[in-house]
Amino acid sequence: MHLAYPAVLAALLFSVGLYGVLARRNAILVLMSVELMLNAVNLNLVAFDVWLRDTLHAGQALTLFVIVVAAAEIGIGLAIVLLVYRNRGSSDVDRLTDLAEHGPHDPHDPQGEGDGPSAPEEKAEAAA
Amino acid sequence: MTLTTLAVLVPLLPFLGAVGGLLLGRTAPGFARPLAVLPTATAFVLAVVVAVRQGSGPATDAATRLTPTGSVPVDLALHLDGFAVLIAVLVGLVATCVQLYSTAYLRHDPRYASYSALVSLFTAAMFLVVYTGDLMVLLVGWEIMGICSYFLVGHYWETEVARAASLKAFLVTKLGDVPFLIGVFALAADAGTFRINGILTAATHGEIAHPTVVGLLLLAGVAGKSAQFPLHTWLPDAMAGPTPVSALIHAATMVAAGIYLVARLLPVFEASTVTLAVLGVLAAVTMIGSALAALAQDDIKRVLAYSTIGQLGYMAAALAVGDRSAAVFHLVSHGAFKALLFLAAGVVIHAAGTNSLAAMSRMGDLGKRVPDAMWTMGIALAALAAIPPFSGFFSKESVLRAAEHAASGHAEGVPSAVGWLVLVAALLTAVLTAGYATRLFLLAFRGRGATAPEAHGREPAAMTVVLWVLAVPTLAFGAVALVPSLLDLPAWLDGNALAPTLVTSILGVGLAVVGILATYGAWQAAATRRGAPLGAVVTAEAAEEEPALTEAAALQTHEQVYGDVAAAQDPADPGRLLLGPLFEPASHGFRLDALYAKLFVRPVLAASGLVRFLDREVVETYVRGAGGLPRLLGALVRRTQTGNVQTYISVLLAGSVILAVLVAVGA
Amino acid sequence: MNVAAAHPGFLSPTGVEIVFVLVGVATLAAAVVSVTTKQLVHAALWLVVALGGVAVEYLLLTAEFIAWVQVLIYVGSVVVLVLFGLMLTKAPIGRSPDADSGNRIAALAVAVAAAGTLVWVVVDAFRSTWIDVDGAPQGSTKVTGEILFRHWVLPFEALSVLLLAALVGAIVLSRKQSRQQPGER
Repeated sequence: MHLAYPAVLAALLFSVGLYGVLARRNAILVLMSVELMLNAVNLNLVAFDVWLRDTLHAGQALTLFVIVVAAAEIGIGLAIVLLVYRNRGSSDVDRLTDLAEHGPHDPHDPQGEGDGPSAPEEKAEAAA
Repeated sequence: MTLTTLAVLVPLLPFLGAVGGLLLGRTAPGFARPLAVLPTATAFVLAVVVAVRQGSGPATDAATRLTPTGSVPVDLALHLDGFAVLIAVLVGLVATCVQLYSTAYLRHDPRYASYSALVSLFTAAMFLVVYTGDLMVLLVGWEIMGICSYFLVGHYWETEVARAASLKAFLVTKLGDVPFLIGVFALAADAGTFRINGILTAATHGEIAHPTVVGLLLLAGVAGKSAQFPLHTWLPDAMAGPTPVSALIHAATMVAAGIYLVARLLPVFEASTVTLAVLGVLAAVTMIGSALAALAQDDIKRVLAYSTIGQLGYMAAALAVGDRSAAVFHLVSHGAFKALLFLAAGVVIHAAGTNSLAAMSRMGDLGKRVPDAMWTMGIALAALAAIPPFSGFFSKESVLRAAEHAASGHAEGVPSAVGWLVLVAALLTAVLTAGYATRLFLLAFRGRGATAPEAHGREPAAMTVVLWVLAVPTLAFGAVALVPSLLDLPAWLDGNALAPTLVTSILGVGLAVVGILATYGAWQAAATRRGAPLGAVVTAEAAEEEPALTEAAALQTHEQVYGDVAAAQDPADPGRLLLGPLFEPASHGFRLDALYAKLFVRPVLAASGLVRFLDREVVETYVRGAGGLPRLLGALVRRTQTGNVQTYISVLLAGSVILAVLVAVGA
Repeated sequence: MNVAAAHPGFLSPTGVEIVFVLVGVATLAAAVVSVTTKQLVHAALWLVVALGGVAVEYLLLTAEFIAWVQVLIYVGSVVVLVLFGLMLTKAPIGRSPDADSGNRIAALAVAVAAAGTLVWVVVDAFRSTWIDVDGAPQGSTKVTGEILFRHWVLPFEALSVLLLAALVGAIVLSRKQSRQQPGER
């Protein structure tokens, strides 16, 4: 089988996930898009592992690990989103702008949860 | 112990005492007194032993070189001759007396430990200057003395007067030290060595390339240290320090260092007639000016300060006519009686509760309350006025004799004009000296009027005993020194004849008597003008505790009461009658300070103002301008901080894509 | 088949390739719908399709164990978690007009650029590279198990700790605050 097929599919899936991360407003949908990107990477790992006939099966082992990490990540991520939602009444990413220089919302909300806005950012950067 | 070991121990002991005092002063205050007195006293004894052993024999030289120091070597050299050992004995005597006196004078001072340690350090430095045979080592002691003087003058740094005086003393002496340092280097470069013996050999062989320049440069440092015109202005102000400090540093020792240096390096100065002439002129101006100023001062210590300047002028005059024996003779006798005068003045100030002569002249019983001070001060003033048979008479006569010798053209290499100038100035000064000595005595101890404030208690024994100890050399040194069977001073020194001649004796004594009588007459004439009590007297109870506090308070209040640090509006002052229109300028030191302020201080201040303007208004504008652009950019960049995570990641990824494309294309 | 293997080419695709491309197109389409639909729950369901498609691709690449894990973990648990999350945050059922943020245009531009760059680079690099999928399966359960517990034991154990930490963290984060300290929030 031509290696370009899985590689191109992975690249396209990654880009679709990327679009989702950048364009979606709901934090849970952003997390879903991150999953898409992770899957694209996994597909690459498996394809190259098969192509190289790696005796250690490093690609497949790494894929398994990525799946595990992704599961952990979605668990924590959802917990954070829930917490943000509980504090803010909203889980929209573009409304969590406490770190703005002159935020449109009250920048120092005493009820604010400091980790709320930054956590999705870290997630997204890790995914990127 | 060998002579050299003993001589090394003399500066070392006070130095170790100073180190110990500084280290233990805070933790073990009980050790402060022994550490102050014992090393100094031991050093004094050792100095006497060194002097006896050295005697009038040939000079002893010893040197060791710690490390090579380049083209011109620096040695730890020792040079003992009659001049050095004699002055060392004087330094040891005065320092021991002052340390003893201070234990009583500053008995409850919280800073006594550091004070006494500094005095010890100063003593060590002076010994070093006296004993050393190397100009560089001498310079080290010279500068240590300068810094000690700065600290000790500023002992009462809580008061504005003391702070200003210590700064002034430091800056003015440094002003002289800078040319001095250059002169030392020039001298060493010409002679190829810092050893004084080597330099003297070079000077006598005419190997100093520019003797005039070098001599004038050195004279600047000497004028600064020995308070000669025009750098003398720091000394009267330095009286803001405690009295023992004035006695030790500003009367007997440090100010004599400049004279001693010239005496040691006299052949260098003699190599240039111009230098001698300049020295003579400076000495003449200093003598007359300071004597006039002393006649008009109100602060008892300032009178003594100006008289010190004048007596240093005598020594400088002796050097200007090429007779260093007379200069050192006068240095030693003057050191003893001037230290006595200052210490006695401390007692008087404590008893009177003021340092103002005008206030003292309105106290009826001051002389009865401090008889020790009155008698010893009388002796010392008689010595100052050169009344036989006190020591001052003999030493001053030796100066006059040297001047007369030069004026008649018998001195080699000294123009007779310099001799005449010095002689006339010295004789004129003799009148004035006798005048202000008499005025001081009359105003202080022959006052009429209300009784002084309730007595501050009897003076401590340590203070009065010291006065009598110092009175002994004041009385006897001059006569003893000249009797060949007793001390035979000329043999210790260069061998020049020092005994008074008939002509100068009659002239000097006659003029002194004229001065005394004139002052006494003026005092009697002015007695009728003595009106209501004048001035303030410190009656604080703290004065009961500590003599030094009385003095500090008196210094502080003098300007408030009389409107001036130095002068007082006293119509009954005999000086006012004698000097007439000259009195006002003389009481302000002929307004030299104001002149200096106009000539030097104000231009410097104006320049600094200009620099400050340039810095604040011009340079800083550029700095602010330089900050403006980044601030503008920062404001722009700040707008991009929307807080929207997705925007950030979009930009981040767009950048990554662009980079990847660039790398791919580039590859 | 032998000829195709000896001289493979784009114009003579094998059966596996055809299946791969077809499933790939379906997967991609499901992913695109998942990130563009305005109905949030539908997005999660389309994600199931996309992840399932990826699982099929794993099978086609002879990595069967990974494929089943993919189905189990992603389709089975992750998506269920996501659906829970949507419900707990009271995501609207039905079309929500504000599902996309105002960043859409920029996102599209970045995504298209990234896709273009990646595809270009990948195709340029692997134009003439072939995978041999006819030999022994590369990812059978037996092989994967042996390799995992022989060579990758330590990372495996480390990951178990990570999972435990994530478990504890998720519990702590999502626990409701006790009534005793209402002032903290």
